[in-house]
Amino acid sequence: MKFLPLLWAGLWRKRTRTIFTLLSIVVAFVLFGMLQGVNAVFSNALNAAAVDRLSVVSRISFTEPLPFSYLAQIESLPGVAAVAYQSWFGTYYQDPKNFVFSFPVDPVRFFPLYPELQLPKDELAALVRTRTGAVVGRELARKYGWKIGDRVPLHSVIWTQANGRSDWQFDIVGIYDAPNDPNQGISFFFNHSYFDEARSFSKGTVGWYVVKVKDPAQAMQVAAAIDRRFANSPDETKSQSEKEFTQAFIKQAADISFIVSSILGAVFFTLLFLTGNTMMQSVRERVPELAVLKTLGFTDFAVVVLVLCEALVLCLAGALIGLAIAAGIFPALKRVIGEASLSWSILGLGSAVAVLLALVTGLPPAWRTTRLNIVDALADR
Amino acid sequence: MSAVVPAIASLKNIVKRYTRGKQNIEVLHSLNLEIPDGEFLALMGPSGSGKTTLLNLIGGLDRPTEGEVTVAGQRIDRLSGGALAKWRARHVGFVFQFYNLMPMLTAERNIELPLLLTSLSRAERRKNVHAALEIVGLADRATHKPSELSGGEQQRVAIARALVADPTLLVCDEPTGDLDRATADEILGLLRTLNREQHKTVIVVTHDQKAADFATRQLQVDKGSLTDVAAASRP
Repeated sequence: MKFLPLLWAGLWRKRTRTIFTLLSIVVAFVLFGMLQGVNAVFSNALNAAAVDRLSVVSRISFTEPLPFSYLAQIESLPGVAAVAYQSWFGTYYQDPKNFVFSFPVDPVRFFPLYPELQLPKDELAALVRTRTGAVVGRELARKYGWKIGDRVPLHSVIWTQANGRSDWQFDIVGIYDAPNDPNQGISFFFNHSYFDEARSFSKGTVGWYVVKVKDPAQAMQVAAAIDRRFANSPDETKSQSEKEFTQAFIKQAADISFIVSSILGAVFFTLLFLTGNTMMQSVRERVPELAVLKTLGFTDFAVVVLVLCEALVLCLAGALIGLAIAAGIFPALKRVIGEASLSWSILGLGSAVAVLLALVTGLPPAWRTTRLNIVDALADR
Repeated sequence: MSAVVPAIASLKNIVKRYTRGKQNIEVLHSLNLEIPDGEFLALMGPSGSGKTTLLNLIGGLDRPTEGEVTVAGQRIDRLSGGALAKWRARHVGFVFQFYNLMPMLTAERNIELPLLLTSLSRAERRKNVHAALEIVGLADRATHKPSELSGGEQQRVAIARALVADPTLLVCDEPTGDLDRATADEILGLLRTLNREQHKTVIVVTHDQKAADFATRQLQVDKGSLTDVAAASRP
């Protein structure tokens, strides 16, 4: 603590430069916090995947449909507790930017398999008896102001009806809750029977099957049994855990983790040079002052620690301010990216990155001070 | 008959060579010097004569190429860099021509710097800093930064910084070289007071005869050798 004024004096010597460097670090860590937060949303989706559920997709690609006839065959396999199915509907509401995660399902099969989605029994019953009925997540309903009784048109970018139209009409008959993960409350489910009757192609198929296993410990054996059952058929399957499936599904849109890593890599690489240059310049300008400190009895080690601490204070302060700003921005972006927050693990990671940044940028100038010759420095040689 | 005063600094057969580019320059040639405890010594000589080099050797800022340097009972030419730094902190106070204060720190923070290396508490450090400020007559300028002080005041702060850790000797390199005559005399008077009243050994490098006249002994450094100019006798 007693060295704090000295540390502060070093940092504040060129106030404008320090402020701009600090701002650069702040911006980098705002980006870090935001991107890691978004990444966490997808990670949470993976973590929310149940261990007792398998996804059965086409071995060629999960965009390839599977025959509806597989349902009974999968159900008959040992270790299978229940089977449901879904398809990817690919829709937007009114404007292409209003993308809606919508899935045709058999409600009687689907909702019992997903106890984390809480739908009142009467609303489930309404969905079953209403051909064009749909249930939506609480977040999605809030986003577009939908309520039970509303008639909602969705435009599918994949599926056309037999009449050639891509606009599908739905009647909202229920709203489900996902209390454990609000990000699961953004989906739109409707009757597969309506979808299958009305669509112009691929009738009698489903996008993928969801299989609940009796014993999660036997999940991989059951998956292997399903794939064996359909081996050498025109529609071979690939059965995997729900987590693997979700991962593949997300990667279909984009490899979020890779994008996040690439952007952050570029940002921190630039920041490395910027902060490194600031630290280098700062030490270069203070050679006579550092020589005086050494003259007064500061050892090489003490001066090295002083320079490293300056880098540490700069980087950590910038990181914490940046992460705090990112945490503050998330609530405002809830409508765009869903429920995201800055977890303690991201804060910890951010702090670790800041420390690493400080060490990498502080060590070269700190090392330079150890080679500083007092006599030459004082003589300005 | 005068009592024999023990030497605070003893330099034996000192040779100092520098390499500048391809040139090997011998600055000091087999130089011997004894500085008694409590002496006010002026080292004079023209530019490039080696007086600052000699001062740096006594202050432990530099090492001789050959010879022995013993200061405050310690053979300092053999100490490692870290040990020499700690030795300087304990035994030597430095005063430079251009003050060499930290521009961002106030006078009291500048003076406190040597004390940061001690185990003194904050309260003890403050007490010592204010005592040093009182000695140099700048108690009312404690919170001023160097840019808010005159040259003479800055040099007083530098002297306070040199004094605050109660060093064995004060090493001053052209302490009045950047000051007008009147201010220079004030600073030299202060150094003389410290020498007489606090019994500090003061070594001053100067090329100003008037400054040298404040000392109790003057030595001429010329072409790397020493000549005793005059042993001043003062009341």
